[in-house]
Amino acid sequence: MNSRKKRTLCTLMLLLCGALILAGCGTTTPPAQPSGNTPAAGGGEPAAGEPINVGFNLELTGSSAEFGLSGQNGMKLAFDKVNAEGGVLDGRLFNYISADNKSEAGEATSATTRLVGENVVAILGPMTTAAVLGSIQLVTDNSVVLITPSGTNARLTINEDGTLNPWIFRACFIDPFQGEVAANFALDALGAQTAAIAYDIVGDYSVGLAESFKTTFEAAGKTVVSEERFSAGDTDFRPIIENIKATNPDVIFVPAYYNDDGRFVAQARDAGLTVPILGGDGWGSGDMVGIAGAENMNNTYYVDFVSIDDPSLAEFVSEYEAAYGRAPDGFSVLGYDSALMLIEAVKKAGGIEDPEALRAALENLGEFTGVSGTMSIDPETHNPAKSAVILEFVDGVKVFKQKVDPK
Amino acid sequence: MRWTKYLIWLTAAAAVYGIVYLLAHVGIVSRFFLLTMVQICIYIIMALGLNLITGFTGQLSIGHAGFMSIGAYATGIFVVTFGKPVSAALTELWGDRGVTDVAYYIFILTSLAVGALAAALFGLLLGLPTLRLRGDYLAIATIGFGEIVRIVLLNTKALGGASGLPVKQSVDWATAYWLMLLSVVLVYNFVNSSHGRACISIRENEIAAETMGINTTKYKVMAFALGACFAGLAGGIYANHMYLVHPNSFGFLKSFEILVMVVLGGLGSVTGCILGAAVMTIMNNVLAPFPELRMIIISVLLVVMMIFRPNGLMGATELRLPFRRASATGAEEGSGHDL
Repeated sequence: MNSRKKRTLCTLMLLLCGALILAGCGTTTPPAQPSGNTPAAGGGEPAAGEPINVGFNLELTGSSAEFGLSGQNGMKLAFDKVNAEGGVLDGRLFNYISADNKSEAGEATSATTRLVGENVVAILGPMTTAAVLGSIQLVTDNSVVLITPSGTNARLTINEDGTLNPWIFRACFIDPFQGEVAANFALDALGAQTAAIAYDIVGDYSVGLAESFKTTFEAAGKTVVSEERFSAGDTDFRPIIENIKATNPDVIFVPAYYNDDGRFVAQARDAGLTVPILGGDGWGSGDMVGIAGAENMNNTYYVDFVSIDDPSLAEFVSEYEAAYGRAPDGFSVLGYDSALMLIEAVKKAGGIEDPEALRAALENLGEFTGVSGTMSIDPETHNPAKSAVILEFVDGVKVFKQKVDPK
Repeated sequence: MRWTKYLIWLTAAAAVYGIVYLLAHVGIVSRFFLLTMVQICIYIIMALGLNLITGFTGQLSIGHAGFMSIGAYATGIFVVTFGKPVSAALTELWGDRGVTDVAYYIFILTSLAVGALAAALFGLLLGLPTLRLRGDYLAIATIGFGEIVRIVLLNTKALGGASGLPVKQSVDWATAYWLMLLSVVLVYNFVNSSHGRACISIRENEIAAETMGINTTKYKVMAFALGACFAGLAGGIYANHMYLVHPNSFGFLKSFEILVMVVLGGLGSVTGCILGAAVMTIMNNVLAPFPELRMIIISVLLVVMMIFRPNGLMGATELRLPFRRASATGAEEGSGHDL
């Protein structure tokens, strides 16, 4: 046996392990210099004070990477802009640290732990509900504010027993509101008498939207004729599409994420279902049309936080395109707005040394104008009251259809 | 001789504990470092369990995360249901004293045992019918099992459904560390017992083993249940440390990750799978500051590994203490080291 060679290799591997452990220790030394990602601020030294550390806990890889990357672009844009203007509080700049949660709850806990260890004053993200759930306890224990740009589940800020999670905030409206908006749109604008719902039982998000759609739709005296379930990642929707087709609904509501819904829409059109198909903000990604095909996406609508062709967004859109060379989506806008919320709160709190003051400042932010419109945060629930938009796909292009205000 | 060996291992283990404890106490290492420690311990226990099934008994199982989630949920529900009443009763009995904490700690350890036993039970139930299958068929059956567990958990509202089950953090790295060592000792002794040798004989040649009078189904089920038991224990530690138990955290990819750890470390090597689990977890966490490159680097390293060391870091051999064989024979120079 070639033991010498084996031994050398094993020693090498052990050395590698040791080096990795040491490297792990190395990252935990208190950052005298802001680590990585420090945006250039006109080349000059910060005027006064240490930088303000902000953590991004985002879905940079995994099944929801599209959301995380868009959100991250928006957040970076907001911080780069305020840094270029000289920062806040007499020249303190923002230093952002990015962490990937692989679109998974356990990894999100891990990412939050890392960020808390880097002494961040606030965490922006995660974008999806389950990943936020994995971070709540940790930020609460460590008095770090967490703002999720697009975690729409009601339970993130309000626990099941009705108590508030004081350290969790969000820049978006909650799930039930989206279902409500979609149902009202189906009733008023499309004049639907019957509806079918197909939702992803695996996702809490999808279940929440489906429930509120059904409640609102049935409250108006109309009927939901078919309720079909699937699991995220399913590729063959033909059986449930056949079931839906048999009940002949006026409209179909499919509130899951873009990859599943893209396939659903394509297969529904193949099966000859031409009725309008509605969705939630999980459709707000560039890939949806690519998956379903532009032709198939005609006569589909979805609820979103913001419409990119809204004239009031023109400035943001041009800045975003100049920075990243691509058009922003709803998640970039929400990422940008969550960063704006934090910047406003830091200014209002007058410092970052007292986490409780920062938290109180966010809670009492009052009327606040972000890119996605004017919103106000309810101190009781930490949910912002803001308007929603309906977008229509016309030959593969999202077109602003109408704006819906909270009732 | 034997005792000196154990003593040295024990001293080394205690030394690692002491160093980390000191560093944590002084505050030199961060929370993230300690979390990494716990994750390493969890994955070592997972890898040990899978190594019993796949490495030593030769049964390809790709549903190990399923057992982990059963353990995590069993422990989580036990703690969530009984945690508050037990804590209240103990405080009433002894007041706010150290003995209360000790009693509660015992309760937490009990919850871990509940998780391990629940997983073992499912291992037994799954093993009895499926271990009559061989090779690919068993692999497919175990994938199916893992997915069934995930989907059932996702759809059971009482267990939190798609929102997951929030559990208070009550296991620290030290508990995870000692439980990991306990698992290592248990697996090492099992493998070196007559039961373990029976398992290895099944891996080497099932027909020959049967001819020699070994009840192959019995030993396969035994290894399977034991492996599931360790996965359940790891799941229990996960539940008590990670704040949230979510079905999607135990998907097919997690099962695959564990298999990668075992294959990377060396199928059929206890020290190998410890090394594999540690390397994979450390790489994942050390590369965390480079999210764009993390998964690519890990994948490239795996490809390189499989080209240059197709049998894993350790192959089927064990890491041994230097003096043991060196003193037995000095003929083959250096062969007593490392391997």
